[in-house]
Amino acid sequence: MTAENQLVPEKAELGGKRLGMVVEGSLSMGLKVRLDRSTFVEDMSVGRYVTIRGQKDYFLGMVTGIELGAADDRLASSPLDAADPFIVEAVAGSATYGLLHVMPQVKLGRRAIDLTEGAKPVKTVPAHFSAVWESSQRDIELVFGKEDERRFYLGTPLDMETQVCLDLVELTKRSNGVFGKSGTGKTFLTRLLLIGILQKGAAVNLVFDMHSEYGWEGRSETNYKVKGLKQLFPSKTAILTLDEESTRRRKVSPDGVVKIGYGEIEPEDIELLRQTLNLTEPSVQAVYQFSREFGRDGWLSGLLARRTEEETAELLARLNVHESTYRNLLRGMERLRRLPFLVDEASHLPVQRIMEYLDRGVNVVLEFGRVTSPESYILVANMLTRRIHEQYVERTEMALGEGRQPPRPLVITLEEAHRFLSHEVAEQTIFGRIAREMRKYNVTLLVIDQRPSGIDEEVMSQLGTKITCLLDNERDIDSVLTGVAGKSELKGVLARLESKQQALIFGHAVPVPVVIRTREYGSADSYRGLGVAHGADAKRRSGEDAREVWEG
Amino acid sequence: MTGAIAEPSRVGEVVEASTASFVAQCYELHQPPPLGSLVRTRAGSIMIYAIVFNARTGSIEPGRRPIARGQEEEEEGDIFKSNPQITKLLRTDFEAVVVGYRDELLHQYLPPAPGHIHSFVHICEKKEVEEFSGRLDFLDIILESKILLGVDELVGASLRYASGAHADPRAFLVEAGRALASSLGGDLHRLNSLLKRLK
Repeated sequence: MTAENQLVPEKAELGGKRLGMVVEGSLSMGLKVRLDRSTFVEDMSVGRYVTIRGQKDYFLGMVTGIELGAADDRLASSPLDAADPFIVEAVAGSATYGLLHVMPQVKLGRRAIDLTEGAKPVKTVPAHFSAVWESSQRDIELVFGKEDERRFYLGTPLDMETQVCLDLVELTKRSNGVFGKSGTGKTFLTRLLLIGILQKGAAVNLVFDMHSEYGWEGRSETNYKVKGLKQLFPSKTAILTLDEESTRRRKVSPDGVVKIGYGEIEPEDIELLRQTLNLTEPSVQAVYQFSREFGRDGWLSGLLARRTEEETAELLARLNVHESTYRNLLRGMERLRRLPFLVDEASHLPVQRIMEYLDRGVNVVLEFGRVTSPESYILVANMLTRRIHEQYVERTEMALGEGRQPPRPLVITLEEAHRFLSHEVAEQTIFGRIAREMRKYNVTLLVIDQRPSGIDEEVMSQLGTKITCLLDNERDIDSVLTGVAGKSELKGVLARLESKQQALIFGHAVPVPVVIRTREYGSADSYRGLGVAHGADAKRRSGEDAREVWEG
Repeated sequence: MTGAIAEPSRVGEVVEASTASFVAQCYELHQPPPLGSLVRTRAGSIMIYAIVFNARTGSIEPGRRPIARGQEEEEEGDIFKSNPQITKLLRTDFEAVVVGYRDELLHQYLPPAPGHIHSFVHICEKKEVEEFSGRLDFLDIILESKILLGVDELVGASLRYASGAHADPRAFLVEAGRALASSLGGDLHRLNSLLKRLK
C-alpha cells in the first residue's frame, strides 16, 4: 500500500463521540440511524452534521429528522411499566430506541490522498451498521475549508465550534438571496456578508440602504449599536444620502448627497412604478408619447408644466391621449414631485459619482433616511441600477473587444426585493435581467426579502446561493427550496430554525447545505476577529479617507 | 431482592446427565443449593457450569411414598429423632440446566459432552459467579431451554442470585435487563413481567 493510499489513522479523526449505526437507507430517501444506548435522543437536533464512517469512505450527512422506534409494534397498545425507572432504564436503547434520519451530503475520503482532494458528491450509501459519529473539526474543515483570502467565516455549524466558510469569490459570481421572517437576523447576516465581500475584495458593493443600517451603524435586536461598513472600512466605504438632514441628525457625515433631476427620470423608470403609483396601462404608454413630444429628459417637466385648459386639450388631442389617462398620469407624477430628493436641475449626475467610487473600489451605501416610501425606493434603486448596469455592459463589451481588464465585479444589495422581482414586473425590470444574466457583465444582486414567495420563480431559480433564516409560511418555504435536492428534508430543517442567529445556507458557494449559528458581531472582539482597524487607528485612517474623497 | 451467594461447598453428585441438564442428589436431606444458583461439575477435563432449578425431596424408591409418622410427637424434629432410619429412606434431588463450560476458556454455550454420573457437584464461589455472570450470553440458553419450571422464573432467580456476586447489584441487573430487552424486544409483555422479577 503506498503512502497516499494509506488510511488515515483513527486518531486524526478524534473529537466527537459515536452516536449510533446505520440500519436502513437509500440514496433518495436518506439513511436511518439507530442511536446507541449511550446517546440520548433529546440531545439530538435537526440541522446538525454527523459523519458516517462507512467501510471504504466517510460521508458527511445532515440530520433531517428524529424518530422514536420500538422493537415491538404493540408498545403503543400495551405499554411497559413506565412508572418503574428500572424498567425504563433497562429497555432504553434496546426495546425502545431513537432513530435519526440522515441525508448524506458529501463523501469524504478516508485515505491520506483524499484529504487534499476535499469532498466529493455522494453516489452511494454507506453499508449496514456503519458507525455514525459526531462530525469532527477535520470533517467540517475538509468540506467548508478554512478562512483564507477568498473564504469568509460566517458562522459555526449547530453544536460545533468549527468554522463554516463561504467562498465569496464563488458567491459573487451569481446573484444571491438572504431570506427570513422579519426580526430573524436578515440585516445582521447581510451586514456580515457585505463586510466579508469587502474584506476579501471579492467585489465592490452598492447598497440601497432603505433603513440606513449598513453605512455608519445599525442596531441589533437587543438595541445596542453595531458598526456599519464605514466604521470598519473607512477608506473603502462611501455613504451617500437622499436625506441629508436625517443622516446628519444621526451624527453621520455623508460623503455626498444625492439629488435627482426631473430630467434624469426616463420613461422606463415609470413602468416599474405602475403598481405603486396606481397608474393604468394607457398612462404608462402615454409617458412615451410625452417623451416623444418633450424629449427623454424633458417629458416630466413638460407634463407637469402649468397650462390653461385649452392648451391641455390641444396637447392631449395632438398626442392622442385620453383625458382620464392624463389625469391618472398627472396624479401619479404629482406624488413623485413630492419626493424631497427630486429637483428641477440636479447639480451633478449621481450615477457618474457612484461609478467613480465603484471604479476606485470604494463601496457605496445609499441611505434613504426618512424617504422610505415604496415609490422613492423603487424609483431610485431602479433608475440608478439601470444606468450603472448600462455602463457595466458597455465597459465589459469594450474590455472584451480590446482585451482589457473588465470592470470590477459589482454586487447590488436590494431590500424588499419582491417589489422589483415579482412575477408581474421581473420581466421588465433591470433587476430581473441582472438576476437572469448571471455574471455576464460583472454585476450581480444580493436580494433581501421576507416574502420570497413574492419573487418570480425564474429569478429565484437563478439565485446561486440562498441564505435563509426562519420562515414559517408554507409558500415562502416552498419558493426558497424550489429545485433543491432533498427538498422535503430541508423543509423540516428550515421550519425548525431558531428565530435568532440561525440560518440555512445552500447553493453555489457552499458544497453542502448547512445550518449555521451566525458568528458573533458587535463586540470589540468580533471587530478584531474581522481583522479591521478600530479605535485610534481607525480615526486616523478615516481622516485620511475623508481628505482622499474630497480632494479626489 | 438480591440473594446472598451460598457458601461454596460440595453439595452432591450427578445421578442423571444429559447435554442440556443434569440431576444431582444432595448429600444432605433438605439442603439443595438455592434456586438460580450457579453450580459446577466435572466431565473429564472440562468443567460444566449449570444453574439450579426444580429441587425436590421424596422417597428413595419410586412408588414408595413416605407415610405420616408424627401424630405422637410434640415437634416436627422429634420425628427424625424417633425414626433415624428415615433420613436414609428419603433423598433430596435438584436439576440444573447447563449454561456453559470451561476448558482453557470460559464458554457460555453447551459443552461437547454431558456430565458424568457420580461427578461431584459444587456450589460456585462468589468470584466464580461474578466471572461467569460478567457475560450474559447464558440468558439465551435459559430462555430457550425446555424445562418444566417457568423459564422466566429461572431467569429471574439466576440473575437475582448472580447479582449478589457483583459490587453494584443494581447496575448488574440493569445491564442484564438490557440484555433481556435485546432478546425479548419483540415481546414487550413478557419482557415487562420478566423485568419486574429482577427487582
